Amino acid sequence: MDNTIKKLPGSVYKTGGIMLAFGVIILLAAFVFTPQRAFFDYLWIYLFLVSIGVGSLALVALEYLVGATWSTPFRRITENLASLIPVLIILVIPLFFGLHDLFHWTHSEAVEQDAILKGKSSYLNIQFFALRTGFCLLLWFLFYTLITRNSQRQDIDGDVKYTRSNITLSTIFTPFFVISITVTAIDWAMSLEPHWYSTMFGVYYFAGSVVAAFSATTITSVRLKAGGCLDPRINKDSFYSLGTLIFGFNIFWAYIAFSQFLLIWYADLPEETFWMIHRWEGSWKFVSISLLFFHFIIPFLILVGRNAKTNLGLLRIMAPWMLCAHALDLYWLIFPTLFKGGASFGWQELSFPLIVIGLTMVVFKYSADKKNLIPVKDPKLQAGLDFHL
Amino acid sequence: MIGKILKKFDDKFLTPEPRSDKTFAVSALFDTPDQIIHAAEGVSGAGYKKFDVLTPYAVHGLDGAMKMRETKIGWVGLFAGMSGTSLAFLMMWWMVGVNYKNVFGGKPFFNIPPSIPIAFELTVLIASLTLVGALIAIFNKLPANANPLMDTEFMKHVTSDKFGVYIEASDPKYKYEEVRALFTSLGASNISDINYVQFDEGKTKNPLTDMRFMGTVAGIGVMTIIASYFVLNVLLFLPPFSWMHHQPKVLPQSTSEFFKDGRSMRNPVEGTVARGFMPYEFKGMPDSLITSAPNPLPVTKETLELGKRKFDTYCSPCHGYFGKGDSRLRGQFPPGLTLHSEKVRNWKDGNIYHVITNGQNSMPSYERQVSRDERWAIIHYIRVLQRSQNAPDSDVEGK
Repeated sequence: MDNTIKKLPGSVYKTGGIMLAFGVIILLAAFVFTPQRAFFDYLWIYLFLVSIGVGSLALVALEYLVGATWSTPFRRITENLASLIPVLIILVIPLFFGLHDLFHWTHSEAVEQDAILKGKSSYLNIQFFALRTGFCLLLWFLFYTLITRNSQRQDIDGDVKYTRSNITLSTIFTPFFVISITVTAIDWAMSLEPHWYSTMFGVYYFAGSVVAAFSATTITSVRLKAGGCLDPRINKDSFYSLGTLIFGFNIFWAYIAFSQFLLIWYADLPEETFWMIHRWEGSWKFVSISLLFFHFIIPFLILVGRNAKTNLGLLRIMAPWMLCAHALDLYWLIFPTLFKGGASFGWQELSFPLIVIGLTMVVFKYSADKKNLIPVKDPKLQAGLDFHL
Repeated sequence: MIGKILKKFDDKFLTPEPRSDKTFAVSALFDTPDQIIHAAEGVSGAGYKKFDVLTPYAVHGLDGAMKMRETKIGWVGLFAGMSGTSLAFLMMWWMVGVNYKNVFGGKPFFNIPPSIPIAFELTVLIASLTLVGALIAIFNKLPANANPLMDTEFMKHVTSDKFGVYIEASDPKYKYEEVRALFTSLGASNISDINYVQFDEGKTKNPLTDMRFMGTVAGIGVMTIIASYFVLNVLLFLPPFSWMHHQPKVLPQSTSEFFKDGRSMRNPVEGTVARGFMPYEFKGMPDSLITSAPNPLPVTKETLELGKRKFDTYCSPCHGYFGKGDSRLRGQFPPGLTLHSEKVRNWKDGNIYHVITNGQNSMPSYERQVSRDERWAIIHYIRVLQRSQNAPDSDVEGK
């Protein structure tokens, strides 16, 4: 590897560790003072990390699946972000202690008196719920281990068989990914309102996750390039595709979000509309409207031009912007169950940015220190570095 | 076999346009994408401006090699797309909000959400049509029939297996020998001149006005019309397309093979009562036999308005708007009696009800036209009319 490329500085551990520590302290305090709210914050954090971690693994699989070359220089960064997956297995455990605080359907006495919940109880029961969550996490962990191990072994001898093997693994993983992300969305986000259902909910969370994963890869790459930790041969043309895919999947998100809204609005059935009405009561109205502008309209207008996608200074703003938008999106999905009639943002919610950013930094640094930041002997690497528009 | 037939057809009908002596451009073909990038760098480096590179697929890095300036065509697309968006909203607002208002599910007439899919479609449609139009106008150099590049060996190759570059003769630096030498030095596998089509120089008739061409276009048009007519008016009514049309169900006014009398429309079974209908128990009986029922409706504004509406429609033609028996039919039908006579004023509500339901003397039964509740509402209104025409002195204020 080129000597001019620096390793990640140790300050990443320091900054990330401090943020994580403060976040954990705030969250623990929240557990003491407002346990139910703390569990909702914790669910928010968990779902956001699933978006970035599992979404990143899906991007790696996508690269192998379609044979993309432009993304090969960035692949290690995406893989390092996907190393959040082993952490998720530990992170999910405390959530199981809060099931009663989070999910109405876990109260058996409430289910007894409710014909709808009774009808759904063959799916929404704690045993099956835990089984599904465990299945998803193991699935992600299995494919994360297999795909990154192949990718790392290739650094030593550059054998094409690792690429072939990963293409096979990605082909198997992709349908399982779609199923597992749908199940996660339905179980952990949609069942907060167990009377409500939307068949588009899984793809809605998927669309937001992919935008978040692309944005996380982009902001990490931009910052690493600015810090001199990235191969200087990666030029701004290579970032064009990252910007385009953020833009494209953001439109996909808007398309799905609007389709879900329009179907509910048109049919006007009371068992569907109440979910939207909760998000239109009091100050939730402003959250809903700002989601529309913050997540779609403003990024759309900023990123629509061709030059915007190769402008690294702009991507440095827009990638975190989209991550914030995804956080707002998840806030909008989760919290109306807790705060009926008006949104609320208190000191408890400060744990979200601190833990998410801190943990991602620590995990990224830990994972990045063990391998090259670029897949040095990948057969597609040269084509990726030579990429021009 | 098919290829041979097509070739024959090609040779017979699609003869190339005769070319003039004037050169439009000099073109060169290259074999690999690397060569074409090298060639593009060479041509742009030599200072030529009016040149273009054509490749069978997108070759990355060509923009930079050609030193191309950023295209402005995006702004055309943006402007056209935004016109499409506004046009869609304007159209939806006019159609469902102004011109043809219909209530759907209790929603307001004009709504933003259902207009968005239409706005999206029109945005895409108008933007793409405008861009295709711009492509035809700019690349085909309207009003010319086609770009001189069309229908040449050069074009055939760059759309299938070779990479081509051409320099136009109108370029300020253009010198025939220099251009050819440049292409040779860049390693072109084939160099050819592309001349203008004769018509574009104004020497021959426009080939589009050729009688055979015009006749073919007209013939195809007529054939399309005939085929559409045949499909829409004949074919769709033949089996199997007509299977959905012919169903073993009973249509009104048609014969039935199932019933003995051949009628498809059946009378209801004896004693059937329609929903919301109560049979009148004193039907056909004289006045003396009925037991008078009180008016079941409350005297409210709505009741009186309903009564007035029904009275004006069904009763006023004979009894007059004020019940004075001044028929509006001007002697074409025996005038109705006044409703202000001592007899009618002293009648119980049930008696009037009986007369409306049963008919009396020359007045037919109004049972079918006026429902039960409407009859009682009319009676209330008749009482209002009677009071208005025969007000006692005590009704006058201050007396």
